[in-house]
Amino acid sequence: MKIEIGEVEYVGRLARLKLSEEEKELFTVQLNAILDYMEKLNELDTSAVEPTFHVVSHRNTVREDEMRKSYPQEASLENAPDKAKGCFRVPKII
Amino acid sequence: MAYEAVIGLEVHAQLLTESKIFCGCSAVFGGEPNTHTCPVCTGMPGSLPVLNRKAVEFAIKMALATNCEIAPHSLFARKNYFYPDLPKGYQISQYELPLATKGYVEIPTADGGKKRVRITRIHMEEDAGKLFHDEDGPFSYVDFNRTGVPLLEIVSEPDLRTPKEAADYLRVLRAILQYLEICDGNMEEGSLRCDANVSVRPMGAQTLGIRAEVKNMNSFRHVERALAYEIERQNKVLEQGDEVVQETRLWDPQKGITDSMRGKEEAHDYRYFPDPDLVPLAISPKWIEEVRKGLPELPLERKDRFVQQYHIPEYDAGIITSSKALADYYEECVRLFPEPKQVSNWIMGDLLRLLKEDDREVEDCPLAPQQLAEMLGLIKDGIISGKIAKAVFEEMYKSGKGARDVVQEQGLVQITDEDALSAIVEEVLTAHSQEVDAYKKGKEKLFGFFVGQVMKATQGKANPRLVNEILQKKLR
Repeated sequence: MKIEIGEVEYVGRLARLKLSEEEKELFTVQLNAILDYMEKLNELDTSAVEPTFHVVSHRNTVREDEMRKSYPQEASLENAPDKAKGCFRVPKII
Repeated sequence: MAYEAVIGLEVHAQLLTESKIFCGCSAVFGGEPNTHTCPVCTGMPGSLPVLNRKAVEFAIKMALATNCEIAPHSLFARKNYFYPDLPKGYQISQYELPLATKGYVEIPTADGGKKRVRITRIHMEEDAGKLFHDEDGPFSYVDFNRTGVPLLEIVSEPDLRTPKEAADYLRVLRAILQYLEICDGNMEEGSLRCDANVSVRPMGAQTLGIRAEVKNMNSFRHVERALAYEIERQNKVLEQGDEVVQETRLWDPQKGITDSMRGKEEAHDYRYFPDPDLVPLAISPKWIEEVRKGLPELPLERKDRFVQQYHIPEYDAGIITSSKALADYYEECVRLFPEPKQVSNWIMGDLLRLLKEDDREVEDCPLAPQQLAEMLGLIKDGIISGKIAKAVFEEMYKSGKGARDVVQEQGLVQITDEDALSAIVEEVLTAHSQEVDAYKKGKEKLFGFFVGQVMKATQGKANPRLVNEILQKKLR
């Protein structure tokens, strides 16, 4: 086993996921299976292969520095669970 | 034991592009809350970021101006963390392959020399939103207008040893950014921000001590004060035999202390990974050369030009060109009053002194180049003396009035009427007959005393050359 249940809990915490005890067990098994597979891939000799920066071969997809119309405030706030003063409103975080 | 401080700075500079780094929303400061926003910068599902070419160009400019190596390939990565000012749950930044590495800038040293400060890396990233807090209510408010404004992060090696060096390094970076016209450098508005990594170690030690990160220093003065405080604090911790805690500390300008963020800090585990929505950036030598050709005159070049063109001392030229605004101010004055040395004397002396007393930047100087030039003209024409000019200068600085107006209102016109002056000299000599006798018996250094008395009697308005002539005649 490469990772223990504690690491699953830690990653879960970082991702703000609430995991049940069953899920923690399940994900520990699954994540270890993924890591085992990576290990398998590592057996291949890739020393002569260029690193893949991205799955598509495009480079430098850029746009000119031109201003476009933004969304009106109402539209930007439309999906907000809570809003006031033209802003998204959240529990105080200071 | 003697300790030395080791300081490295992380500087964030907002780039002066029209639009944001990954979308077409305005990158201009301010605006009604959440009106410079769109699905891309607010992280709506299905939206895709597209890189702003100008932002890359600006980054290349900065990399070239700070002697960096520009990576042929660089990547954008997602830095994952949760905070309400970050709509996507990640910030697009650069991690493993930053745009530029291994640069340096030079800062002036106290002995007139230069010290090289190495730059570890320069990378591009997007800014986060802005938070407002209720005074006493239970809410905070999020404005995403700033989200996605392009930033450069410039990371130095831990080469700085004193708060002064840190502030000087920051000034040099700001000057370069302003000369390049890629950032306005306004620390109060937050378009230039600075965090510091600070540690102390026994003098001469090679290994680094445990560091604290200091944040929330939004002026040059605060940078110096915060670092001085933090170094002193760490010295005390070590002297007591304790260990410095590795943590983030906030500078509190009111209390003048740094305070631990204790627990409010997130785990520094950002789980960076390449952003699959953005293709790699490949900067060709051709692109770099194009940008290099378009580089403007930089602070050091301008300094050399000032020495050559205006024949002012290297020291003066260095100070004047250390800020673009000050150098522009100087050149405007010289254009209006073409005596470069005179202009630099007044700027180096009275102007910088007054600005420093007020803790003001040249950008906010209440005295326009026209006013200084007008006053220098009055001195040249003999209407006011150099001494009176100092008072005129301060009054113009305070009131914003023109030189002529100040001179007229306060009756400061120089007395150049020989008869009028003769009469005053006569009075002075009569009043000090003992000194006159002593002078005539050979106590010649009393001459200065008489000049001083005449100046006093005329409140400094007498033409000094004329006073000398008359005194010499009368004391013969």
